[in-house]
Amino acid sequence: MSKTHVTAKVNGDAVEFLCDPRETLLDVLRDRLGLTGAKEGCGTGDCGACSVTVDGRLVCSCLMLGVEAEGKEIGTVEGIADGETLHPLQKKFIEYAALQCGICTPGILIAAKSLLEKNPDPTETEVRYWLAGNLCRCTGYDKIIRAVMDTAAEMREAS
Amino acid sequence: MVDVALWSGLRPLVGGQDSIAVEGRTVGQILDSIRRNYPALAPTLDAGVSVVVDGRVIASSLTEPVGENSEVVLMMRLKGG
Amino acid sequence: MALDSSKTTDFKYVGTRPDRPDGLDKVTGRAKFGADATAPGMLFAAIKRSPHAHAKILKIDASKALAMDGVKAVVTRADFAEGLTGETWNVLENVMAGETALYDGHAVAAVAATSALIARDAMKAIEVEYELLPHVTDVDKAMAADAPVIRAGAADASVPEGLHPNVVRYYESGHGDVEAGFAEADLVIEDHFTTEATHQGYIEPHACLGTLGADGKGELWCCTQGHWNVQKLCAAMLGIETSQLRVTASEIGGGFGGKTTIFIEPVALALSRKANRPVKLVMTRAEVFRASGPTSSTSMDVKIGMKSDGTITAAQGTFRLQGGAFPGGPCEMTAMCAFAPYNLTNVHQVGYDVMTNRPKQAAYRAPGSPMAAFAVESVIDELCNQLGLDPFEVRLKNASREGTRASFGPKWPRIGLVETLEAARAHPHYTAPLKEGQGRGISCGFWFNHGGETSVSLAMSEDGSAQIMVGTPDIGGSRASMALMAAEVLGIPYENIRCTIADTSSLGYNEISHGSRVTYASGLATIKAAEAAVEELCRRAAAKWDIPEEAVYWEDGYAKPSGPNAGDHAPLHITELTADMGATGGPINGHFEATPEGAGVSFATHIVDAEVDPETGATKVVRYTVVQDAGKAIHPTYVEGQFQGGAAQGIGWALNEEYIYGEDGRLQNAGFLDYRIPVASDLPFIDTVIVEVPNPGHPFGVRGVGETSICPPLAAIANAVSNAVGVRMRQLPMRPSRVLEALESKDG
Repeated sequence: MSKTHVTAKVNGDAVEFLCDPRETLLDVLRDRLGLTGAKEGCGTGDCGACSVTVDGRLVCSCLMLGVEAEGKEIGTVEGIADGETLHPLQKKFIEYAALQCGICTPGILIAAKSLLEKNPDPTETEVRYWLAGNLCRCTGYDKIIRAVMDTAAEMREAS
Repeated sequence: MVDVALWSGLRPLVGGQDSIAVEGRTVGQILDSIRRNYPALAPTLDAGVSVVVDGRVIASSLTEPVGENSEVVLMMRLKGG
Repeated sequence: MALDSSKTTDFKYVGTRPDRPDGLDKVTGRAKFGADATAPGMLFAAIKRSPHAHAKILKIDASKALAMDGVKAVVTRADFAEGLTGETWNVLENVMAGETALYDGHAVAAVAATSALIARDAMKAIEVEYELLPHVTDVDKAMAADAPVIRAGAADASVPEGLHPNVVRYYESGHGDVEAGFAEADLVIEDHFTTEATHQGYIEPHACLGTLGADGKGELWCCTQGHWNVQKLCAAMLGIETSQLRVTASEIGGGFGGKTTIFIEPVALALSRKANRPVKLVMTRAEVFRASGPTSSTSMDVKIGMKSDGTITAAQGTFRLQGGAFPGGPCEMTAMCAFAPYNLTNVHQVGYDVMTNRPKQAAYRAPGSPMAAFAVESVIDELCNQLGLDPFEVRLKNASREGTRASFGPKWPRIGLVETLEAARAHPHYTAPLKEGQGRGISCGFWFNHGGETSVSLAMSEDGSAQIMVGTPDIGGSRASMALMAAEVLGIPYENIRCTIADTSSLGYNEISHGSRVTYASGLATIKAAEAAVEELCRRAAAKWDIPEEAVYWEDGYAKPSGPNAGDHAPLHITELTADMGATGGPINGHFEATPEGAGVSFATHIVDAEVDPETGATKVVRYTVVQDAGKAIHPTYVEGQFQGGAAQGIGWALNEEYIYGEDGRLQNAGFLDYRIPVASDLPFIDTVIVEVPNPGHPFGVRGVGETSICPPLAAIANAVSNAVGVRMRQLPMRPSRVLEALESKDG
C-alpha cells in the first residue's frame, strides 16, 4: 500500500513522515518519530495510556490515524517539561509517589494537564471523572488524585 | 529422629499415619530420609514441597538446620504473584 | 568481624520517603518499557491463534503468508525443542500448541515481517485446519463424570483414585475432629461460593525484542517479573545453553503475578533464529486477555460452627480451582490460606486443581488466598449476624497468635494479625455512621510471603557513592527501598546510591519478583552486600591506622577506632577510604548471594463501606480502610501504594471483573471496555494504616507487603454489600444484575 506524506508539529517541532493509511497516530509517534512516551495499553481507546493533545484537545492517539495529523499540533509527554524544569504535575507525581510501574503515567500527565488548563480549580469528583478514561492498575488512583489536586492548588497560588 | 507432620492428603500413602519419624539434621537430610524410607512419598517430593521448621516456612533451601525437638511440617511448595 | 546492622528502631534513612530514582524517567516518557526497544534491521511479529476452545490441529499451511512481500519467517511447534518434561513442557505447550489447540487464543503459529502491518496480514494468511473437540470451561462441569478429558495422564500423584482425569492435583490437610466440633456448635452455617476468573490487568501488554543467531547466542529484552526464569525457560525451549542467552528486563508496566512466566519470548527468539534478524513481538490487549495467564475461577463450599459466645468450634472447606488447560491452579494455597487467621481445634480443608479449556492460569497477587477469604469470611460474617456478635470481637477471640497452631499444621511464629484487628477496630472508620443504603464489611486476610534465590552486588565509587545491582525487576518502587537500606548500612545519603536492575549476564541468579519477596529478600541481600563493603572499608581504615581490624567500627559513614586502646585516630570518612582504594588493596565491593528463608507471613484487616443503588443494583465503594502488618515499612509511601493498589484490584474483582465465556468456549469480553477494571471515578480515597510487627527473619524487620493487600477485599466488600442489601452475596462479581436479583429475592 502506498504511503502518505504528512507534515505536522510535535511538541512545537516541525515533523514530516510517510505513513501507511492504516497506521494510527500512536504508531507514527512511536515507530516513525521515536517518541515512545505515549504507550499502547489497549489500542481501542479504553485505557488512555496513549493520551496526547491534538491542537490542544485531549485524544487517544490509538484512535486517530497518522494521516489525520496533517497540519496539526501534537503534544506528548516528552514536551510538557520546559527544558530541565519539570511541569508542576511532573514534580508532584514524583513527590506524591503517584506512580508505581509508571506505564500509565505519560497518559495521565497529559490528561491532567489538559484538565488544569480548562479548569484550574477542579473538585476531587471532577478530577476523578476527567481521569476516568485513564486506567491505572497499580495505585488505586489515590495518590494520583492527591497529586493533581495539590498541583492545581499550587498553580493557582503561583498565578 | 525428627517427627515430620504430613498434610492429610499424604496419610493414605503411609498407612494412615499423620506424621513420620525420620533421621536428619537438615531439611535436605530429612527429605532424603523420607525418600528412602517412604518411597510412596517420592512423587510428592518430586512435585515440590516446602518444609516448615519451627514455624518458619523453608521454601526450597536444603541446608536449613533442623533440631531434635524441632516442629517439622511438610507443605506443598508455595509460589506467589 | 562479621558486621551485623540488624535493628528495628533508630533508623536514619529507612522509614523516610525520598523521591524514587526512576521518577524523572517515568514522568518524562524516557523510561523504556517492553515495547519501547528497537534494534537495527528489526522485524515485527504476529501470532496466529486458535479461534476454537478445543481442536485437533490437522494442518498448518503458511505458503500464502510466506509468499507475501516482506515476510521473513514463519514458525510452528516444529521450530522448538523436543523432549522437554514437567512444567517446562507445559509452558512450551502453552507458548505454541503441539497437536491440539487447548483454548480460544492458543498460539498455533507465528510470522515475522518487515512491518507490523505486513506481519498482521501474513498472520491472517496462515491457514489452519482443525477438527473440533468437545470443550468445557466451567470448573464444576469439568469435574463431572461426562466432562471431556482435556489431557489424559496430566494428574500427578496427589490425586486419589476415582476422580475425573481433569482433576490434576489434590490437597487435603487439617487437624482435630470437625464432626465433633460441629456437634459442639450453637450454630453451623454451610454455604457455596463462586468467583470468576479475573485478569491481573497490567496496563502494559507483554512485549519483547529478541535476537538469536545460528551460533546459539542470543539477546532478549522483555517486560518480566523475573528475567532469569525467562532465560532458563527460553533456553530450554530453543535448545541452547542457558548462559548463552542474555536477558535484560525492561521497565515493567505492571505484572501482579502475570509476568512471572512467559508467553511470547521464545516465539520471538525462534523467529529471529529463522530470519537471522532481531524480532519484536508485542501482544495486543485482546491477546493479553485471551492468551496470557488469568487467575483461577473457583467453586467453594465452606462450613463453620460457632458457639453463641463466638468461639469457632470447627471449620471445613472445599476449594475447586479452575486453572485452564494445564495443571497449576493454586488449590493448595487456597486451602492453606483459607482458615489461616483462626486458631482452630478442628479444621479440615480440601483443594482440587481442575483443568478446563481456558488459558493456563498464572499467579495473581497472593494466588488463591483472596477467593478463600471471600468464602470463609462471608460465613463468619453471617455467623456474627445471626448470633448477634461483633465481627471484631469474634475475630479477636479466635485469632491466630504466636504459638497457636495454623490451620495447615505448624505453630505460628511472631505474627501481627491481632495488631491489625485492634488497629482496625480503633480506626474512626469503624464507628463512623452509615447512610441509608450503605453497608459495612470487614475481613481478615493472610499471605505466606517468600524468600527465594537472591544475588546482589554493591560497588563503591572513588567519590564514596555506591551502585547496587539487584536482579529483581522493580514493579513498585523497590529501587528506592534498596537504596534506603544500603544508605542505612553505609551511612551515606540516599541520593548517593544508584540501584540498577542487572541483566542476566551481569549478576548471579535471581528468582522472580514474586511472593512479595523483593523488599524482603533483595533487601536482605542488599544489606548484607553493604555490610561486606563496610567490613572492607573498616579493614582499609585499620591498615591506615596500623591497628587490628577488630578495633575499628563503622558509624554513620565513618570508620572509627573502637576505644582508647585502639589509639587516638580521627574518624575516616567513607570518601577518604574510597578515594585511594585502588592503591590500598583494590576496588571495594560487597556482594551477597543466598536463599533467605526467613520471609515473615503477613496479615491484614480491611474495613469497607459500600452503597447499593436499589434501582440499578450498582454498588459503589464509598469508604475503604486497609490495615496491614508490613513488619517494617522501608519507604512508607510505597507501602501505602501497595495497600491501596491491592484494595483497588480487589474492588474490581468483587464488583465488576470476570472472564465471560460463551457456549462456544470463546472469550466474550477480551478488552478493557467489556472487562471493566476500576477507573478513578469508581473509587474513594483508600485510607491506610501501616502496622509494624518486625519479622525476625529480616535485619530491619521487613515482611512482604505486595500481596496480602488483595486477600481481604473480596470478602470485606461482599460482607458490606450483603449487609447493605440484607441478603448474603455468594457469587462474585457482584454485578448490578446479581445485586438486583438479591434484592428481588428478599422482596419476594
